[in-house]
Amino acid sequence: MESNPVEHELALEMEDTVEERISVASQRQLIWWRFRKHRVAVVATAIIVIFYTMVIFADFLATNVPADSEAFRGLMPPQPVHIFDGWKPSPHVCAVSGARNPITFQKDYVTDCTEKIQVRLFARGYEYKLLGVIPTDRHLLGMSDDTLRPEDHIYLLGTDKQGRDMYSRLLFGTRISLTIGLFGVVLSLVLGIVLGAISGFYGGLIDNLIQRLVEITRSIPSIPLYMGIAAAFPHDWSILKIYFAITIIISLFAWTDLARVVRGRFLTMRDEDFVTAAMLSGANQRRIIFRHMLPSFYSHIIAAATLALPLMIIAETTLSFLGLGLRPPAISWGTLLQDAQNVQTIALTPWLMIPALPVILVILALNFMGDGLRDAADPYSN
Amino acid sequence: MLGYLIRRVVYAAFAVWAVSIISFFIINLPPGDYVTSYIAQLAIQGNIIGAEEAESLREYYGLDQPIYVQYLKWMNQIRQGNLGFSFEFGLPVNDVIGERLILTMILAAATIVFIWIVAIPIGILSAVRQYSIWDHTFTFFGFVGLAVPDFMLALVMMYFSFVLFDFSVGGLFSPEYVSASWSLGRGIDLAQHMIIPIIILGTAGTASLIRITRANLLDELRKPYVATARAKGLSEWRLILKYPVRMALNPAISLTAYILPFLVSGSIVVSVVLGLPTVGPILLKALVAQDMFLAGGIILLIGWMTVVGTFLSDLLLVWADPRVKFEGR
Amino acid sequence: MQTPESESVVTEQDTVTEPLLSVQDLQTYFFTDEGTVKAVDGASFDVYAGQTLGIVGESGCGKSITAKSILQIIDRPGRIIGGQVKFSPDGAAVQNLLELEPNGPEIRSIRGGEISMIFQEPMTSFSPIHTFGNQIIEAIRLHSSLDKIEAHELAVDWMRRVGIPTPETRMSEYAYQFSGGQRQRAMIAMALCTEPRVLIADEPTTALDVTTQAQILDLLQTLQKQNDMAIVFITHDLGVIAEVADIVAVMYLGKVVEIGPVESIFSSPKHPYSKALLSSMPTIDAAHRERMPSITGAIPHPQNRPSGCAFHPRCPSYMSDICGLKEPELVSVGTDQQASCFLYGRD
Repeated sequence: MESNPVEHELALEMEDTVEERISVASQRQLIWWRFRKHRVAVVATAIIVIFYTMVIFADFLATNVPADSEAFRGLMPPQPVHIFDGWKPSPHVCAVSGARNPITFQKDYVTDCTEKIQVRLFARGYEYKLLGVIPTDRHLLGMSDDTLRPEDHIYLLGTDKQGRDMYSRLLFGTRISLTIGLFGVVLSLVLGIVLGAISGFYGGLIDNLIQRLVEITRSIPSIPLYMGIAAAFPHDWSILKIYFAITIIISLFAWTDLARVVRGRFLTMRDEDFVTAAMLSGANQRRIIFRHMLPSFYSHIIAAATLALPLMIIAETTLSFLGLGLRPPAISWGTLLQDAQNVQTIALTPWLMIPALPVILVILALNFMGDGLRDAADPYSN
Repeated sequence: MLGYLIRRVVYAAFAVWAVSIISFFIINLPPGDYVTSYIAQLAIQGNIIGAEEAESLREYYGLDQPIYVQYLKWMNQIRQGNLGFSFEFGLPVNDVIGERLILTMILAAATIVFIWIVAIPIGILSAVRQYSIWDHTFTFFGFVGLAVPDFMLALVMMYFSFVLFDFSVGGLFSPEYVSASWSLGRGIDLAQHMIIPIIILGTAGTASLIRITRANLLDELRKPYVATARAKGLSEWRLILKYPVRMALNPAISLTAYILPFLVSGSIVVSVVLGLPTVGPILLKALVAQDMFLAGGIILLIGWMTVVGTFLSDLLLVWADPRVKFEGR
Repeated sequence: MQTPESESVVTEQDTVTEPLLSVQDLQTYFFTDEGTVKAVDGASFDVYAGQTLGIVGESGCGKSITAKSILQIIDRPGRIIGGQVKFSPDGAAVQNLLELEPNGPEIRSIRGGEISMIFQEPMTSFSPIHTFGNQIIEAIRLHSSLDKIEAHELAVDWMRRVGIPTPETRMSEYAYQFSGGQRQRAMIAMALCTEPRVLIADEPTTALDVTTQAQILDLLQTLQKQNDMAIVFITHDLGVIAEVADIVAVMYLGKVVEIGPVESIFSSPKHPYSKALLSSMPTIDAAHRERMPSITGAIPHPQNRPSGCAFHPRCPSYMSDICGLKEPELVSVGTDQQASCFLYGRD
């Protein structure tokens, strides 16, 4: 089509600057712009970032060694941090002392706020290696050295039956639960992408077979199967072995969603012009799949992976909760919640339920984030 | 339609076979064979079994033969309605499972009914009044409902009913009905006890069904046939209920088939937490004790149950969507 | 307004009758997150009994929205924000349809009753999971007091009238069991079974092949004669317009830019856009290997409606002193022919 230059200029003048910006933006920028509009998803992403930061710096954030147990201070209530002492800023926690009730033989704890334990940032605590390399004994929060008495202690979220610090245990439980999900997603991504890509790219008999496999895997209740397989782990396996074994089982059943997404994308994309162009120019199939097709929907894959992550976390938590997944002394959200299994415990020591909060928060945030990503992954959908 | 039906039957048969393979695989997972475990169990009770007797037991179960022969023997046994012997309970597996399987099925079915009754009207409302305060509220609760794992919901419900109402949730029957035979009273008692488990189990499914119904209805509302119906002079609600809602129900039916395995999974965990007399708690007990015939039997039965349920909802789709009959999708 | 006395004086040949449907200065805007889209921005035309008004224009010019606005069946986020749709069926009092409550009983009795509509996509315009019979009977029963059996008979009768063979058995069939042409016939049966005074046909033949298209046009014209019905025929196909329309309205970006009898519009179009549109039509006597003329530029994005005359950036007769600054009004440019262009008067 021809047009005279004067008109062309006029038409250009008409063009909105916004439109121009959109037309030159890269795929990544477009996705980011759309994602940013999704406020809830942005907040959710921030929450996830915070949680994974906690995973990395669990030692630094902890106040006590998570495995340190002392029966005489079991089931101690939380000691919240008070920032002000009257009007004076002086961060402290109240001392808690316990005595056995002579009639019920229960341990009764009394919070005594006249006795204040001073709290400071970057306090000295137990020794550890920051990021696994730098040896240090500084922790984000701890008791001030100068006023410390030997009987003082700080249990921000109380203690469990064995007198272990719930707060520190929760941090280490978060580390295990969140990384197990991450490894699981990576594993099922590999399975899902390979099988989904084969299915969608080749079609025909192979596609049919893989689709039936997906269908059947999906139509079988997964928890009983996880339970069945997890129950067969030998009792003498190390925590690490069980950790990886669980990751593998969970991803063996969780790849189907990803495979569906990948296959669907491949099917629609197989007929796109740029794929035909690549084929005509003699690119081999592997190159077409990995250079041309996969990059064009990596955003969809990220979204699908984000949505698969909470399922993994739930699976691990559920298994460990039932006593078939990670077993003590391993700490995960599931093993922490095992202590909260019966009504009496919950009613008398409600702080044992606290690990439920991060589980719900993280799973919600991952769902919102994945949803936002999925919406943003289609920058041209409007 | 015939093509569709045949395909569905073939898939179902294939799934039935796959479930049996997986169950058999799980039975054989723990180290040592069944007879060794059995003999060890008997030894604890003081019964020593001689090597000869052990050998004849092994022969009976086909443990001396290749694995596929063992599988076939096991399947043959199941064909005769015999799931084997549970040494943990000292009873045949059939007797251990007994009523529990029926209660599991009743619980799953009742939850599906609950999900439909709650989710469909809410989904319709959310779509028709898109971006209204109701829509936002339900969308948010939908997310929360999806995010909270079943067992945690059970814990939270248990906590609140104990703290607020001083009522402890648990079991499916009042004490006087636990071992009574079926009667109207027992049925009513069961229904009352099922309310909380159904809410716990149904929350995630309800949330996803609301989302699916809302999304599909929003899609359908934009379709030309809605404009046609509107141009005919139909009133808005009659129109919505007759056309787009009816269309949006088809994916909802498909979703039911998809939810069912999750429901069964969830019922296992929730039953453990709430102490419901379904197959859940005994599956856990069997697995912990490595009583594999019992565990394998339960996994096999709930797997098959799910396959049948999925198959039924596929059939429902044929009835609901005339296009399936002709296109044979 | 006409009095009964004057009506008796008017003869058949005189066209001084009141229009059946009169659309004046219709404005329908879409309020989206990205901004307001003025889909219809001041469209006006009259439709008379027994006549066909053709509305023609490129896609996106607001033809379909105009049609839907008449019956107030605009989807969100669209809203009719101004104008009048006057409807006076056969001597009844003039009623402004836009004043009726959007989903109230009055407008609903007119929708599908006195004013029916048929759509472009006969496949998707029928519910895929309800039988034709069900959907046609529903239309009949909404606008009459017939019982189910009578309505069924009437529906079968109409299926026969629109030329669907073995209507009795086809009543219980679904949209995907019909061919495209038959679906459009069924759609016509559904629209006409209530004997409307006005039929709005929104691109009714666009999705059909040429032979079927001709059959459907014939059918519409036959049925129009039988009922003395008015048709508003919306299309982008000038060939179809030439065949069916008595009056042609040319729309560009939500406005009627030219309106007049079909012969005048085709023989001497006045508005530069009409001229351009008509010259882009392939003709059989065009010189061999001649390049087909086309309108330069593309339709502007609806949110970036050009100032002044919306056509000015693409107009070959663009006058820099006025076209981009002022909006032209419709002015008389011949017998019954009006165009909105400053070439024909600068006020």
